[in-house]
Amino acid sequence: MSIAFTVNGEAKRVEVPETATLLDVLRNHLGLMGTRYGCGLEQCGSCMVLVDGQPAHACTREVGTVADRKVTTIEGLGTPARPHALQQAFLDEQAGQCGYCLSGIVMSAKALLDRNPTPSRGDIVAALDKHLCRCGAHQRILRAVERAAATLRNGGRA
Amino acid sequence: MNARSLPASLVDNPRLDRWIHFQPDRTVRIATGKVEMGQGVVTAIGQIAAEELDLPIDRVVVLSGDTTNGPDELYTTSSLSVEVSGGSVRLVCAEVRAKALERAALRLNCSRDDLSVVDGQFLQNGAATGQDYWTVASEIDLTQAVTGTAPVKPASSYRVVGHSVPRLDLPAKLSGAAFVHDVLPKDVLHARTLRQPNRGATLASLDEAAIRRAAARHHLGGELQIIREANFVAFVSPVESVAQAAAAAAPAHARWDNVRRLEPAHQEAAWLKGQPSDDRRIGAWPAPATPPKRLVQMTVSRPYIAHASMSPSCALAEFRDGHLTVRSHGQGMHPLRKNLAPVLGLPVEAITAQHLHGAGCYGHNGADDAALDAALVAMRIPGRWIRLQWRREEEFGFEPVGPAMLVTLHVDLDERGRPADWTTEIWSPTHVQRPGSGSGYLLASEALANPPSDVAPFDPPEERGGGGTRNAVPLYDVPAHRILHHLVMRPPVRTSALRGLGALPNVFAIESLIDDLAARVAEDPVAYRLSILSEPRARRLVELVAERAGWASRGPSGTGKGLGLAFARYKNRAAYAAVVAAVTVQETVKVDRVWCVADAGLVVNPDGARNQLEGGIVQAVSWTLKEQVKLDAEGIASRDWESYPILRFSEVPEMQVEFVDGAGNPTLGGGECTVGPTAAAIGNAVNHALGVRIHDMPLTRERIMAALLKT
Repeated sequence: MSIAFTVNGEAKRVEVPETATLLDVLRNHLGLMGTRYGCGLEQCGSCMVLVDGQPAHACTREVGTVADRKVTTIEGLGTPARPHALQQAFLDEQAGQCGYCLSGIVMSAKALLDRNPTPSRGDIVAALDKHLCRCGAHQRILRAVERAAATLRNGGRA
Repeated sequence: MNARSLPASLVDNPRLDRWIHFQPDRTVRIATGKVEMGQGVVTAIGQIAAEELDLPIDRVVVLSGDTTNGPDELYTTSSLSVEVSGGSVRLVCAEVRAKALERAALRLNCSRDDLSVVDGQFLQNGAATGQDYWTVASEIDLTQAVTGTAPVKPASSYRVVGHSVPRLDLPAKLSGAAFVHDVLPKDVLHARTLRQPNRGATLASLDEAAIRRAAARHHLGGELQIIREANFVAFVSPVESVAQAAAAAAPAHARWDNVRRLEPAHQEAAWLKGQPSDDRRIGAWPAPATPPKRLVQMTVSRPYIAHASMSPSCALAEFRDGHLTVRSHGQGMHPLRKNLAPVLGLPVEAITAQHLHGAGCYGHNGADDAALDAALVAMRIPGRWIRLQWRREEEFGFEPVGPAMLVTLHVDLDERGRPADWTTEIWSPTHVQRPGSGSGYLLASEALANPPSDVAPFDPPEERGGGGTRNAVPLYDVPAHRILHHLVMRPPVRTSALRGLGALPNVFAIESLIDDLAARVAEDPVAYRLSILSEPRARRLVELVAERAGWASRGPSGTGKGLGLAFARYKNRAAYAAVVAAVTVQETVKVDRVWCVADAGLVVNPDGARNQLEGGIVQAVSWTLKEQVKLDAEGIASRDWESYPILRFSEVPEMQVEFVDGAGNPTLGGGECTVGPTAAAIGNAVNHALGVRIHDMPLTRERIMAALLKT
């Protein structure tokens, strides 16, 4: 079946069963490999993307449910040469070790900052608590989100 | 310097061109056998090369884990990378710099002493000469063996080493760059496995038709190949979701004989006692003939724990024209190809193994096993790239786990309440079953027609830091110390290396006992420690961390709030770390804050190293409070993040980690130095908070309630 939706600002159309997962479609049909497979059970957050600005686990989300919606992945944020304020803040804090969890965490952080430009530490913890990080970079990640919030409030690149 | 004092990596890989190569784009490629796992080793090695060659770090390209062009440095383990590989790169670069200057001096008809190097350019008495590394590179014979005789720079002149450099690999990873999991070669075939439940289990029947029906039910299209080789089964399809659906359906359609049944008691460390074991005595044996006068005993335990990497293991393999290429996130590519060769019946030279990044593994997880799985499929489908991805339940269910341990201390005290005689008794399965190490095999080899023979397990020797005995010797001033090590021969699950090996349970035991001994003589735990700790570097850390944490104003015991301190030097020869933990205990333990002061000698990349120490603290908090691999009749039962919870953002303590200035001393591996002290500091803090000690990890709600009922 043919499903149309927007990914990172571009209109896309894929021919897949509507029960296919969004993760599978992003990776194997659209070549967007930055959204990671971690568990397939909505338990780790590695696959988090935004659907109409809301965090969604791509590993279980059926692609049929995103028809005509806007999906944002890590590739939609910025590049090493032109990073989004969140990506830059993560670099400034060296917030990460292996980096496998970061795509999903950055997406949840983006959703948070989009709806709440002045989050408290508690707000950030609550927004990221569905994400796992096994390397233990949590405190750096929390500081990075705070730093990005400050940058964005001061007119930094969103 | 003679050849005997060269680092092991240079003895094994003496040719300069194994390590360094001048590239036409005016970069220098430095090769290391150690691999990046998120610990920042590639950046640290790049810093060392940039320093010795007088290059900006952006002219250094680090090639890591490549059997074709890089050195064989075995596995990336035991916090040895900067010491051993970094030490080797330092000597190689110093020597190549000297050779390059020699050639330039000849060309310029000047003395070598007139030349200096700035940004890779050779200056004569400060003036440009038009010569640089790349103009003379073709005249330097890099096929020569390293001599180790060129002088290295004094630490006082460092401008790159010892300064925090951002991780070279992080910008790309923050923009979605590829891990091995994310590489899709043209016409790749996706593969999943059906795992043999245990060694010796035989596949009695497999209903392939039912599996095909299940995979087709999703109308995903794409053919499905089912590869069977004895008791190894793989599902292969150009469509990933078809392979996935087949693997998900397969266990219900497979019947196995000779399945081993486990019992719930097997999951507890207490089960280890009384099992057949290989017993070794280390240290001051025989024990004194006189009976102890003031014997104190304590037993602590740690259960089986998982590496629990964020990415289930994955590998790529292609068999083409008789040559196998494997891409893997394993910890050593040279060992991997050596281990693959006999299983596949290929000469070692017919295999190329290249490292690609994966998620952090913290030890020996499923990475190497996935590489064999991929290779087995690739050998059956020549000419096509195979991407073999383990499922989450497969990673939890079949990776080797960190061994359970039981540690009993028997300590006789002198009349002042100080340890006079100390025996550590340890029960533990082996901590290292890396393939090729003797007792370990690549998992799927056990499922093939001629499985490797069952070899008795053994532990790393003491000169490599030991396994179950790692950190079993206290650094305190104890007149006589001995170890009785019971290496348990047949654990219920496959065990292997996990960050720190036996250090965590051993340090937990030592530091718990020391606190109890202080209480026996009504002394402050810090003062008591200092009274039996004479090594200056150790004393300094204990004093400093106590000061940072405000130890002097520590409150009374039993209030529900606790402050605990612990100290260790990793492997008794690597980095030192002293840790204080502040906890709140109600029904569960919350670690509020952790202070850590460490001495790792010369720290190449301070912020990168701090990141490692912080990560070790978080992991140790998670292990100590939450983690245990659960077993049921069929094997490992905790196969997802619900049944194997780890520390979350809302549970992570505030942290303050600092290094004392150690630049005058050689680098000491630091990546694992915080795990033991953190666990022990938590144990002591909980003891302080409750007025009662919990000896068994994890420190769960049930154990706290049970301990409180006993008071």
